Amino acid sequence: MADLSKTKNPMPVQDAKERAKNFKEVALGYTEEQARAEAERCLDCKTKPCQSGCPVGIDIPAFIRKIKEGDYEGAYQVIARSSSLAAVCGRVCPQETQCESKCVRGKNGEPVAIGRLERFVADHHNAHNAGKADRALTNGIKVAVVGSGPAGLSCAGELASRGYEVTVFEALHTAGGVLVYGIPEFRLPKSIVEKEIENLKSRGVKFELNTVVGRTVLIDELIDGEYKAVFIGSGAGLPNFMRVKGEDLKGVYSANEFLTRVNLMKAYREDSDTPIQKSRAVAVVGGGNVAMDAARCALRLGAERVVIVYRRGESELPARKEEVEHAKEEGVEFMLLTAPLEVVGDEHKNVKALRCQKMQLGEPDASGRRRPVPIENSEFDLEVDCVIVAIGTSPNPLIKNTTPGIQTQKWGGIITDEQGKTTRDMVYAGGDAVTGAATVILAMGAGKDAAEQIDKAIRAKNK
Amino acid sequence: MYKILGKDRLNPTVSRMVVHCPQVAKKAAPGQFVILRVDGDGERIPLTIADYDGDKGTVTIIYQIVGATTHKLDRLEAGDCIHDFVGPLGNPTELCGLRSVAVIGGGVGCAIALPTAKKLHELGAKVHSVIGFRNKDLVILEDEFRAFSDEFRLMTDDGSAGEKGLVTDALQNLIDAGNKYDEVIAIGPLVMMKFVCKLTEKYGIKTVVSMNPIMIDGTGMCGGCRLTVGGQMKFACVDGPDFDGHLVDFDEAIERGRMYSDFEKHAYDEECNLFNGGNGNG
Repeated sequence: MADLSKTKNPMPVQDAKERAKNFKEVALGYTEEQARAEAERCLDCKTKPCQSGCPVGIDIPAFIRKIKEGDYEGAYQVIARSSSLAAVCGRVCPQETQCESKCVRGKNGEPVAIGRLERFVADHHNAHNAGKADRALTNGIKVAVVGSGPAGLSCAGELASRGYEVTVFEALHTAGGVLVYGIPEFRLPKSIVEKEIENLKSRGVKFELNTVVGRTVLIDELIDGEYKAVFIGSGAGLPNFMRVKGEDLKGVYSANEFLTRVNLMKAYREDSDTPIQKSRAVAVVGGGNVAMDAARCALRLGAERVVIVYRRGESELPARKEEVEHAKEEGVEFMLLTAPLEVVGDEHKNVKALRCQKMQLGEPDASGRRRPVPIENSEFDLEVDCVIVAIGTSPNPLIKNTTPGIQTQKWGGIITDEQGKTTRDMVYAGGDAVTGAATVILAMGAGKDAAEQIDKAIRAKNK
Repeated sequence: MYKILGKDRLNPTVSRMVVHCPQVAKKAAPGQFVILRVDGDGERIPLTIADYDGDKGTVTIIYQIVGATTHKLDRLEAGDCIHDFVGPLGNPTELCGLRSVAVIGGGVGCAIALPTAKKLHELGAKVHSVIGFRNKDLVILEDEFRAFSDEFRLMTDDGSAGEKGLVTDALQNLIDAGNKYDEVIAIGPLVMMKFVCKLTEKYGIKTVVSMNPIMIDGTGMCGGCRLTVGGQMKFACVDGPDFDGHLVDFDEAIERGRMYSDFEKHAYDEECNLFNGGNGNG
């Protein structure tokens, strides 16, 4: 008989006051007892609605059944059939709009905490069985992967398990893409990403760091050279700006720059060579996960006041619910239905305030969300000395500009067919580079699917 | 890891390094830059490519010791390794079709101007070079510029080497003497580029400047290098580093360049104290 309690077993977390001052992981993870208890809430539905909500189709009831049996490694193996980054996804997936939104238990109470269980299983595996990955028998065929973010890593992993010799090209000095430069340590410890990458290395995947495809090496050179196929998983790295007056002032950062300085370059450490402005009051423009990450980093760097400025309402916030809750607990303020008009500077061109306007919700727009409409004469100045712009990113044009035959959408996304194939023969693409900024799990799914298609295409050619 | 094959000091605060990095050397062109990290915990800093040899697989960088990272870099010697070295980044300077060009270099900016002068000379263009420094102790690359220039002017603020005056004085003289230029290429401190542009604007001579703002990744990711050019936001790393000098908002760039000057000063002092302490000089 399943446990019929209406609420999830709570996730142990660091105390909000304490954690707002450190960069250690916020959520501490279920203990074995907590995981077993939460697993008992699963009704093991025959129809598996949760699985249909998972972008990579993990057999969720099957892995939860294994937890109930105490076979945690078995549970991991079930997940590993569909996902190569379980420890990452258990932490950063927006479960409430995916698997957990389909859970039958959610109709009357809270759904089963699938994300927390996934994390438990992955952490258990990493603690007890990591590094034991089997290396597939190599077929000697080389495939290049551009970018070492979620799309690239999952594509590389899938190709390696099919016997391909994979080389991943990364522009930065560390592999992991957005997992290392974007998502902060307190939400996704870098040691977990490192483990995933070590795991791929032990399976024969090579990493070429400091290599900017489109500059250091061209797609043409890869495909005309030793590589039979190329997968482009270069992400959406180009930050969007508000295009309002004062965005050039000192103290205005793109979320990408701010987070890169903090996460990748460790600017939060006293001994870091990388400078970051110590701010007193920070406005973060945007309502997604990146905005929450930036706000919470700013708080941890010592800001007295951090305000999220978002033009729609609470229910429209695109961020994971848990991140919004955590941010609030830590003391981040939310100014909703508020749109930025201008960044105001002092005589030294330093940020002095963010001029804002109040909004109200009108008719639904093309996205189906109610359109924010300005309220007249509601302008006010929010006094801050730092503004972080977190209103999305676009795909980097570098590869498009240096690769003849690759077609892109007007907004920069690489055009692919349903199989992930670009307009160039044997060149595939997936993740944010194709869809625009989305989630880790969608990028991972795209990378894995593209690997299958690359395998098929190479086999067809070799027949 | 990227091995340093040679190092020499050009003046008390400017050094030249030849680095083994075949993949960058093969692709490099005038106007492009690299980003390096001295060690595994280091900051990423952009440095312009001063020379390159695709056959030997070498890239030459010239840097001025201005902050903690360049100070740390300068402590490395031939045989040591640089932890990360990525490039070539940015768009190469467009030189095709130019027949007569004035190349203006200021201070350590001469390191960037040199490969441009060299390439123009190789392409058969008439090259008039003007390089300027505060005083004779800071003069670098004089012989190299002479070798690639049809006309050469060395300027110092105090007249201790070459002629006394600013690079704009020399350029004014060259224009007054009836020289006609398809283009002026100016690379140096922001203030110098600003005044070169003011001068050439009067004569309607197209002027290209090389911008070297604060940046992290060099691939368009951080947006820290944004500039206003012709009223539009541009990223120096992917849209530049070369821009039409008559359209660049120099005053804004000068302010943005000062963003971390306090931090840099502090970090630099710490680095120097460490360094001196290591030598027993306290």
